[in-house]
Amino acid sequence: MSARVVIVGAGHAGISTALELREAGFTGPVVVLDQAGHDPYERPPLSKAWLAGAVSTGELAFRAREVYARRRIELRTGVRVDAIDRGSREVVTADGTRLPYDHLVLATGARPRALPVPGAGLAGVHRLHTLTDALALRAALDTARALAIVGGGFIGLEVAAAARKRGVPTTVVEAAPRLMRRVVSEPVSAFYHRLHEDAGCVVRTEAVVAELTGEDGHVTGVRLAGGATVPADMVVAGIGVTPETGLAGAAGLATGDGVLVDEALRTSDPAVFAVGDCARFPLGDAMERLESVQNAADQGRAVAAAVTGDARPYRDVPWFWTDQHGCKLQIAGIATGADEWAVVGSVQERRFTVLCWRRGALVAGESVNRPADHLALRRLIAAKASISPAAARADGFTLKDHARALAG
Amino acid sequence: MAEVTLINHSGTQTTLDVPPGTSIMRAAIANGVRGIYAECGGDTMCATCHVYVEPEFSELFPPVNEDEDEMLEATACDRLPTSRLSCRLTIPEGCGAVVVRLPESQR
Repeated sequence: MSARVVIVGAGHAGISTALELREAGFTGPVVVLDQAGHDPYERPPLSKAWLAGAVSTGELAFRAREVYARRRIELRTGVRVDAIDRGSREVVTADGTRLPYDHLVLATGARPRALPVPGAGLAGVHRLHTLTDALALRAALDTARALAIVGGGFIGLEVAAAARKRGVPTTVVEAAPRLMRRVVSEPVSAFYHRLHEDAGCVVRTEAVVAELTGEDGHVTGVRLAGGATVPADMVVAGIGVTPETGLAGAAGLATGDGVLVDEALRTSDPAVFAVGDCARFPLGDAMERLESVQNAADQGRAVAAAVTGDARPYRDVPWFWTDQHGCKLQIAGIATGADEWAVVGSVQERRFTVLCWRRGALVAGESVNRPADHLALRRLIAAKASISPAAARADGFTLKDHARALAG
Repeated sequence: MAEVTLINHSGTQTTLDVPPGTSIMRAAIANGVRGIYAECGGDTMCATCHVYVEPEFSELFPPVNEDEDEMLEATACDRLPTSRLSCRLTIPEGCGAVVVRLPESQR
């Protein structure tokens, strides 16, 4: 087995693929190319522990450099891939080098959406995606007098929590009627909304940004549709990402809000896979693109299995987490379209789980400070266990007992 | 620096030099030790960095808190009195050595 695997992108998905190839016994050359000029690092802490100062920059390294050498993973940073020549099975880098592959893995990730309003280019307007972004954002927080965050999703709210911890006056501006609407149920939205307000954060939902105002090239505020202005000398935009599909599209691979892949994560060219934030794959009866560490890691493992001749459909239960004001939210499954829910535990005591059903099937669960519930839920959802809303609302119900019954 | 020895289920030993203030999980991940997954990156959220601390070293670390206790009830391999999540095991100043064993599986 001396085929060569080339991986484009050294984020979580790309590096996981490389490491998992070795775990799966792949012995051929593995080359990882990445545009950024530094070693791979962990992204989740950038908006959490690292931003709060609990983790140092040195601790963000994904693996010690020797690990890549020991696993014979050739890591080439500062290399931009310009094209894929599918005919000759080569990638072409910016300096014209042609690198042959037998299997190509696109782990090109996504880039943050820019605010589509006037003033988005003013100084003092930040985003949080790369370590470079994070360093600039953290430095700016040191001197910020008023922070406005556009977008009430994970990133925006994690930054809001860190900013309030530092005492920075903070306003979150969200266009939707509630926070984290895309990913959580109403009770969880409401809980975090209150949590942020209790921490002194101003939360404005159904607030659409019309313009960022500025003076001498520096941001001074966020003007909302309707006329009100939120004063701010620092703005963070957290309004989602756009998958990096340019390379795939130019090579004639099927794309559409992501690189389209099948159950085994193969693109429309069977020699090319896509993983992580950039891959749109079949999940249930829909095509989904997930931006999470779990998805990046598990898809890397799935591709390694496929390359080593053990292809199986990628069906891992998605899970996500966020940490805001010391309340850990763990989500198992996808709650999209859920039509019924039940709360288990105590919202008052900040330890509860919301179970979500769609057309009678348990599809997701959101646990706040109930990690054991979360682990049980991942097993129950994977097994398509049937729990009725009535059973979940009954006295003495515990998810752990159900998960145990499943295992037994 | 503490000498941290991780012994996997089949008896293979890995010894790492770990500076005070670093968790055993972080050191194991950075050095590519097999058998520690740490899916959540060290946030006490996933129970995939489960280890068994050899009894003579148990006093080096703060006791199991509520979150960790709950997670330990949900590990892939049996919880023993020596079970800990290695993300919670930060090497203290002046620590010379620690020996931990890895469970057969983490998920």
